Amino acid sequence: MSGALLSVEDAVVDLPTPRGNLRAVDHIDLAVGAGRTLGIVGESGCGKTMLSRAVLQLLPKKAKLSGRVMFNGQDLTTLSAEKLRKLRGRSLAVVFQDPMTSLNPVLTIGTQLIETIQEHLELDLAQARQRSIELLAAVGIPAPEQRLAQYPHQLSGGMRQRVAIAIALSCEPQLLIADEPTTALDVTIQAQILDLLAREQQRRHMAMIIITHDLGVVAGRTDEVAVMYAGRVVERAPTPALFKQMRMPYTEALLAALPKLDVAPHTPLPAISGRPPDPTRPLKGCSFSPRCRYSAGRCTTEKPRLSPAETQEHLYACFHPIAAGAGA
Amino acid sequence: MLFFVVRRLLYLVPVLIAVSVLTFVIASLLPGDLAYVILGDQATPENVAALRHDMGLDQPIWLRYLGWLWHILQGDFGRSFRTGQTVLQAVSERIPVSFELMILAELIGLAIGVPLAIACAAKAGSAFDRLMTGSAFGMLSVPTFLSAILLIYLFAVELRLLPATGYVPFTEDPVANLRFMVLPALTLGLAEWPGIMRVLRSDMIAALQEDYIALAKAKGLKPSRILFVHALKPSSLTLVTITGINIGRLIGGAVIVETIFALPGIGRLLVGAILTRDLIILQGVVLLVAAGFVIMNFIVDMLYAVLDPRIRHGHA
Repeated sequence: MSGALLSVEDAVVDLPTPRGNLRAVDHIDLAVGAGRTLGIVGESGCGKTMLSRAVLQLLPKKAKLSGRVMFNGQDLTTLSAEKLRKLRGRSLAVVFQDPMTSLNPVLTIGTQLIETIQEHLELDLAQARQRSIELLAAVGIPAPEQRLAQYPHQLSGGMRQRVAIAIALSCEPQLLIADEPTTALDVTIQAQILDLLAREQQRRHMAMIIITHDLGVVAGRTDEVAVMYAGRVVERAPTPALFKQMRMPYTEALLAALPKLDVAPHTPLPAISGRPPDPTRPLKGCSFSPRCRYSAGRCTTEKPRLSPAETQEHLYACFHPIAAGAGA
Repeated sequence: MLFFVVRRLLYLVPVLIAVSVLTFVIASLLPGDLAYVILGDQATPENVAALRHDMGLDQPIWLRYLGWLWHILQGDFGRSFRTGQTVLQAVSERIPVSFELMILAELIGLAIGVPLAIACAAKAGSAFDRLMTGSAFGMLSVPTFLSAILLIYLFAVELRLLPATGYVPFTEDPVANLRFMVLPALTLGLAEWPGIMRVLRSDMIAALQEDYIALAKAKGLKPSRILFVHALKPSSLTLVTITGINIGRLIGGAVIVETIFALPGIGRLLVGAILTRDLIILQGVVLLVAAGFVIMNFIVDMLYAVLDPRIRHGHA
């Protein structure tokens, strides 16, 4: 995809472990255009967080990344530390999963906001302070001026995540990566935070990547969805197309595992049986084949490639895709 | 915050009572009857019995303790039967020496330990880090009497830069005072930095793994700010603790170093009191030193609250 704001090209992340090499991200291609939203969905351990860390160039020291991460025409993997630093927080912002641990416990909310603003924008302290108050108000924090002097532990989880979002938005980034932004929060707060992210994304016309294990989170809030399994993208499609017709059995199973309101009480959830393959012992065939009810023939001997279906935008990696008109 | 301070101050009361009981009991358990010690050669059974009665030594221990405590609460810690000096006089004469030594030693220890810890944590696992952790480990195993003698040999005997022993009060001649203080303070500082360095290094390495450090990097902050503000501040709690313990320990004087360098501090007062069986001085000084230690720990608790807002707000 040319003209994309961010494009990840053939990214591979290897982590050395005592049990051998762990391939966390296995040849992934992704792209996000300016002002667009991409959802990355997959269960725990599928490599989605490693992928986001690879984009931010914040992988653990031991990890090895190959491939390219193009942002605004620059390859982040070859950028100097200093240039990268000027980009982070300024054009490329992130919201982490757990606001309990992602804010520094011994610094005030104000310090953590103002330091970001002053690092990247030419504002004096009073202006940065004013901007911080406006940002806190914009993310729906009551009495923003008093909050500046408070510490993270004095705020609830939802409020802390709002602060983290305010920090991320503070320098008008072009791309915001939200890594499981609601997983650590109460259910009642989740929708508020997601709506806040969607609203700010629209208003600021920034690109956004939402990483989640919950298909329900990306439905209706993203332009495109990539489903990850065992380090690979197994299905990628514009959001409406994906929900209209999912082709990859894993996507279907993931959707079926969501609790629904219209089933009788005490109906067991259709969980995906088994567990993901050991990432230090890659399978020869499709990684999902041991858990897939459609698995047959070459599924266990050959890896299906991510390729287009009926339309160029809808890609999936499956030898036995769910037929059009069937499925969930 | 005021409530927090008051509560912590109330905790001190039972601790101080326990300290005074222990001090008194230990001093009483020391072998040798005080009356015999005082009377020396002239001790006859009649003299001893009379003196024991005069001093109240024939009373049960708990009564003697209460009497001692009663006098202490009125500010009377007792008087040396040898020199006639009161405990408070003796201590106030000696404390400036030990206090100055303690301050200088801690400053040297922190000045070496803290920058090394930060540098090692920032480059954990590097050759520099391994060299420094190794040196710290080596220094931990060097006793102060050895480093004191080596320093005297080097600076006093070979280079003839500094005096080996002696003391001049700071108020009399600050320069001469500092010249006398350099070697003892350096001896103690060299013993202090390895502990400071190892504790702060491991705390900082742990802090650097935290999510908030990843976010600080993702915010594009300068590496120096991440290191000195985001990682150092939350890592400094244990540093404050061990510095406080070191200071508390050195309030009681550095017995070995004060003896080697002939500094008239609390440490030598204690040694002298033990050697001459001056029990009144001994138990009075021990009690004051223990109280100083307890109060130092109280100050450390207060510093925790300054460093970590969660403690201040009663969340931890």
